[in-house]
Amino acid sequence: MEQVLYTIRENVPVTAEVWRMVLAGDTGAITAPGQFLNLRVPGFTLRRPISVCDWDEGSVTLLYKVLGHGTEAMAAMQAGDKVDALTGLGNGFDTGKSGQRPLLVGGGVGTPPLYGLCRVLRREGKEPVVLLGFGTAGDVLLEKEFAALGAEVHIATEDGSAGRKGFVTAVMPELSYTYLYACGPLPMLRAVDAAAKTGGQLSFEERMGCGFGVCMGCSRKTKSGSKRICKDGPVLERGEVLWEEQG
Amino acid sequence: MGRTRVTLSGWELDNPVIPASGTFGYGLEFAELYDINCLGTFSVKGTTLAPRFGNPTPRIAECPAGLINSVGLQNPGVDHVLAVELPRLAKVYRKKVIANVGGFSVEEYAETCRRLDASDQVGILEVNVSCPNVDHGGMSFGVSPQAAAQVTKAVKAVTKKPVYIKLSPNVTDIVPIAKACEEAGADGLCLINTLLGMRVDLKTRRPVIANRMGGYSGAGIFPVALRMVYQVCEAVRIPVIGMGGVSTAEDVLEMMLAGAAAVQVGTANLIDPWACKRIIEDLPAAMERYGMDSLEEIIGGAHHG
Ligand SMILES: Cc1cc2nc3c(=O)[nH]c(=O)nc-3n(C[C@H](O)[C@H](O)[C@H](O)COP(=O)(O)OP(=O)(O)OC[C@H]3O[C@@H](n4cnc5c(N)ncnc54)[C@H](O)[C@@H]3O)c2cc1C
Ligand SMILES: Cc1cc2nc3c(=O)[nH]c(=O)nc-3n(C[C@H](O)[C@H](O)[C@H](O)COP(=O)(O)O)c2cc1C
Ligand code: FES
Repeated sequence: MEQVLYTIRENVPVTAEVWRMVLAGDTGAITAPGQFLNLRVPGFTLRRPISVCDWDEGSVTLLYKVLGHGTEAMAAMQAGDKVDALTGLGNGFDTGKSGQRPLLVGGGVGTPPLYGLCRVLRREGKEPVVLLGFGTAGDVLLEKEFAALGAEVHIATEDGSAGRKGFVTAVMPELSYTYLYACGPLPMLRAVDAAAKTGGQLSFEERMGCGFGVCMGCSRKTKSGSKRICKDGPVLERGEVLWEEQG
Repeated sequence: MGRTRVTLSGWELDNPVIPASGTFGYGLEFAELYDINCLGTFSVKGTTLAPRFGNPTPRIAECPAGLINSVGLQNPGVDHVLAVELPRLAKVYRKKVIANVGGFSVEEYAETCRRLDASDQVGILEVNVSCPNVDHGGMSFGVSPQAAAQVTKAVKAVTKKPVYIKLSPNVTDIVPIAKACEEAGADGLCLINTLLGMRVDLKTRRPVIANRMGGYSGAGIFPVALRMVYQVCEAVRIPVIGMGGVSTAEDVLEMMLAGAAAVQVGTANLIDPWACKRIIEDLPAAMERYGMDSLEEIIGGAHHG
């Protein structure tokens, strides 16, 4: 973990609800796709955790949904403004186990961290299949960008306005894959876990106090003991996840 | 260094700044960020006899000047703390720590303290009496002078280490409870623990916290904490460690003028991981600004005249 004072290079809407923020500054603490930043938003006590969508040596890209007052205040920030962030948080995805044809399943704003993952997998010579679920066509994120990386992309929307009508789990049985990576809302993760045919890794969200492992605000019970989503996660192995009995 | 030195029951601390229990883990995450040997000492995560997972999530709710937590004393249990956490800490931290202890019966408090008494790394036992007493319908030990005194006596009987009782602010009058602990043999007092609080999510119309309520801490509680430290210091002779919302070097000075012999910093560590280091570095300039030559001589200054 490092604290970095980033400069906003770009902060623009990409759909009706989701914005892209590009931050310029040191990214040396980011070591794996699926890690996150915890951003200080002026006027708010707690930092806001947002996944690394993509990064290079001098910049990091975030995609965030405007949900409440904190993300509303983020959307009001301007290019040139400074943002205080704790960066390189969490374990991130492990690409070592992916096999040649991993399946990446994203739901809504669970999609962004899969982009950085897909880029790393492609660099490693793998052939990822990407399956994304959204409410409606206007919500679809990163479809062209994933395709530009050379991934096979499938889309599902609940109203059928883009891709297949229904949930991602309707498409999963038709795909062949060597491993699973998923990020999205809890009910989606659970359904994807139930539908999966291979080993895999799931990325979780939890309300956070600190974001770096000291307050025990974000704990989740697993088969391998209690895990802090911010430090031992957000990515958990499929096999260790417990879906019931939290607390 | 000498100007910021303070003493707790014969234990000399380089400075009065102590990270509060539950906001500093077992120190390791912070040791990766800065040399934690700059701290006066620190209070480790609340330890109970058996391991505890704690409460369901969400456990955290944001407030304008603080947060509400309902972690529920998640910890790996005293034996694991002694066998794993403290030895690991010894590699990065040379000083003794404050061992914070929770419990759900008088016997449990005593047994956990008896086991911690064996560790040379423990300088003070800090007994958190805000926990529910399962033998008495779950009412907190900290709301009754008798129950708090009972815990104090039981712990004093099993250890030679200084015993500091950490008081709950969720009471009509904290002074009789503080006095009862002093009479029962407490070597010092720590206050305040979190204030019972709650938030409702306007979108879901449900409490934000899974357990509905939790402990409110952070900058917003500082005036309440300061008031209680002041009241208790007026009534007891034993040292008081003041805490609740402390976020700056100036807050430390205020707490000490109200009577605190040392000061703990909790929630500020979660918001700014370098908070304690910054406060320690800011102390000399803050003392200079208000014409204070040494911290020991300002303790309780607000009570005079
Ligand atoms: C590891 C991780 C990665 C995330 N990555 C992304 C991302 O890439 N893009 C994106 O749009 N969102 C992401 N989120 C969710 C994002 O953090 C929340 O949407 C955001 O904090 C909401 O803030 P707010 O002030 O607008 O909402 P409010 O509801 O007003 O926030 C109130 C409090 O609740 C917390 N909170 C609310 N929703 C969530 C949530 N789902 N998870 C955790 N805390 C929450 C806030 O941080 C704040 O402390 C991620 C969450 C986690 C834990
Ligand atoms: C996340 C969190 C966990 C805590 N855990 C404990 C604990 O285990 N034992 C304890 O005595 N106090 C615990 N506390 C209370 C703090 O030690 C401190 O008394 C309180 O938060 C007030 O100080 P602050 O406003 O500086 O945070 C906890 C507080 C927070 C925010
Ligand atoms: S948010 Fe504090 S431990 Fe995870």
